[in-house]
Amino acid sequence: MRPFSIVTGKPVPLPVDNVDTDQIIPASFLKVVDRRGLAQGLFHGWRFRKDGSPDPGFVLHQPEHEGANVLLVGDNFGCGSSREHAPWALQAWGFEVILGLGFADIFRGNAHRNGLLTVSLTPSRYEALLSQVRADPGAVVSVDLAAQETTFPDGTTEAFEVDAFARYCMLNGIDTLGHLLEQLPAIEEHEARWPARVFAPPTVEEGETE
Amino acid sequence: MTRPRTLFEKVWDRHLVEKGTTEGLPSTLYIDLHLIHEVTSPQAFTELEDRGLAVRRPSQTVATMDHSTPTDPAISMRELKVLDPQGAGQLDRLQSNCARHGIQLHSLGSRDNGIVHVMGPELGLTQPGMTVVCGDSHTSTHGAFGALAFGIGTTEVGHVLATQALLMHRPRTLEVRVKGDLGPGLTAKDLILSIIATIGVDGGTGHVIEYTGSAIRALDMEGRMTVCNMSIEAGSRAGMIAPDETTFSYLKHRPYAPTGQEWSELVADWRTLPSDPGASYDRTVTLDAGVLEPMVTYGTNPGMAIPVTGRIPDPEALPRSERAGLAKALGYMGLTSGSRLQDQKVQTVFLGSCTNSRISDLRAAAALMEGKRVASGVRMLVVPGSQRVKREAEEEGLAGVFTAAGAEWRNPGCSMCLAMNTDKLKPGEYALSTSNRNFEGRQGPGSRTFLGSPLTAAATAITGFVTDPREVSP
Ligand code: SF4
Repeated sequence: MRPFSIVTGKPVPLPVDNVDTDQIIPASFLKVVDRRGLAQGLFHGWRFRKDGSPDPGFVLHQPEHEGANVLLVGDNFGCGSSREHAPWALQAWGFEVILGLGFADIFRGNAHRNGLLTVSLTPSRYEALLSQVRADPGAVVSVDLAAQETTFPDGTTEAFEVDAFARYCMLNGIDTLGHLLEQLPAIEEHEARWPARVFAPPTVEEGETE
Repeated sequence: MTRPRTLFEKVWDRHLVEKGTTEGLPSTLYIDLHLIHEVTSPQAFTELEDRGLAVRRPSQTVATMDHSTPTDPAISMRELKVLDPQGAGQLDRLQSNCARHGIQLHSLGSRDNGIVHVMGPELGLTQPGMTVVCGDSHTSTHGAFGALAFGIGTTEVGHVLATQALLMHRPRTLEVRVKGDLGPGLTAKDLILSIIATIGVDGGTGHVIEYTGSAIRALDMEGRMTVCNMSIEAGSRAGMIAPDETTFSYLKHRPYAPTGQEWSELVADWRTLPSDPGASYDRTVTLDAGVLEPMVTYGTNPGMAIPVTGRIPDPEALPRSERAGLAKALGYMGLTSGSRLQDQKVQTVFLGSCTNSRISDLRAAAALMEGKRVASGVRMLVVPGSQRVKREAEEEGLAGVFTAAGAEWRNPGCSMCLAMNTDKLKPGEYALSTSNRNFEGRQGPGSRTFLGSPLTAAATAITGFVTDPREVSP
């Protein structure tokens, strides 16, 4: 994971509430055993027309949003399925920050663990930014994770809340598994106190698969 | 006297390896049972192997194949490799990962294979007071046993494989109290659709729901699973129901349930789990089951549900902030404000998914369909949740009722719930589906989904229109 510092970019407006992870990346793109082809699947149902051709009207296909790294979304973004392919696909497209009114719990956690920052805006800020971006697609915002502050196109700023541990990990480009592994002695102690149920001898049941 | 605690707090407290700090360090939570499937696990195994780590507790991990598996009995594994090499590749990968790490796998076609959230409970793997996770948002299903069960991302799947623990902040609690009794023709599905319509698709965000009240206590275990299953559709990662005699009698004699002395000791312990009198929740919402009607969704999220007797709402009648969302949903669904839900024709009926594919769901639908025919021009797919459910339904004659009515009787799997295999709607087609998500394209590109109960699905299959099951006599 790359350390996150300051991200500056032109927000792509997608002012829709309750965008579920099936919209972000449909199930047909989840058949991979790695992270290949995920950018191709991003917002697939919205980026392509019924005949399969790309929809030039969809915001991500507009020339002024080529190379976009900041997305501006509505409320409850990323609801539904827990698929981590959603933040992976957004990152594969080039997004580094998602600004919005609100995010679903599982999505936000998945995004942060991959270094994709989500920033919740106050409703008035959201509306103001949306108008600014619509009036001028070249409008730029800057998101400073260390300072926990967003700078808007008119130069004003707004502080944002972020989970302190996620922030620490993102700023330093470290993942959280290391922290968990350090706790193995405590985990073993817990197992001694509360013996977990063991379900079966570790055997592989033979099915039709071979 | 210790402070009164909720069910959630009791389960949380006893799994706390390390408590979070006020400076923002998350808590470390011990995980008892980890379920995995082919779609969200491969990258986690790769990560583990890249770091030279082993699966720490393989005997607390159980795998199944369910999401991209074929349900058409005519498709064998060999044919799948030709028809869907990518999907078959994922199944192969799960098989080899499980073999290499000594993980119990219920592979395609094997005796106990099924949808992960049907299989876990019916094998007795899911037990009261446990922590259960899976790389799948409907893991909330297992909360029906008084377990703390929630979906996780693939990175976290790797964390649990490597350590048998997870980092997380303690969620808040939301009590959803349902008083009264469900009327005839109503099911757990109508209840949870009403709850989501009431609190909203993000009404439970940041919270664990505990369902309480007489209407919840009256549900059997399969109904309770239906309710907890859709907690995530209200934004809650987990939903829980306190264990009681209903829970214990369901669990007793299941293959992985404890026996003898151990069983008695555990039951005694489980009886201490329900929320103490006077325990407080961060929020409480109350509903009356007595006034509910069968619920059906008309839009593109599970909160857009109305009584089956209702009319499609008008965006203009909504607060400004919600108008665009409803207008977009109605445009996608091809529905007009003010029209009756019951005038909507369907081309497909799907009875299945981890919400409603258990034996009681199939019994309810079959009772309504016995001696009747699926309407002409309608295709009905009945997909049992597991091999066990399939065998039971065949022995009871339910499968015969469905096939005599003209429905297709399939092999178990997720099937048309997420359309990763060939079970898909055609673009623009309407389906009445007993699954949990009516998102755009969920049942195939351009698919249009009405969510409802197994009874509503059966009634709709018979008439070809969205139908109130109370109007169809068994
Ligand atoms: S049946 Fe549907 S919701 Fe349930 S696990 Fe399968 S895909 Fe997910």
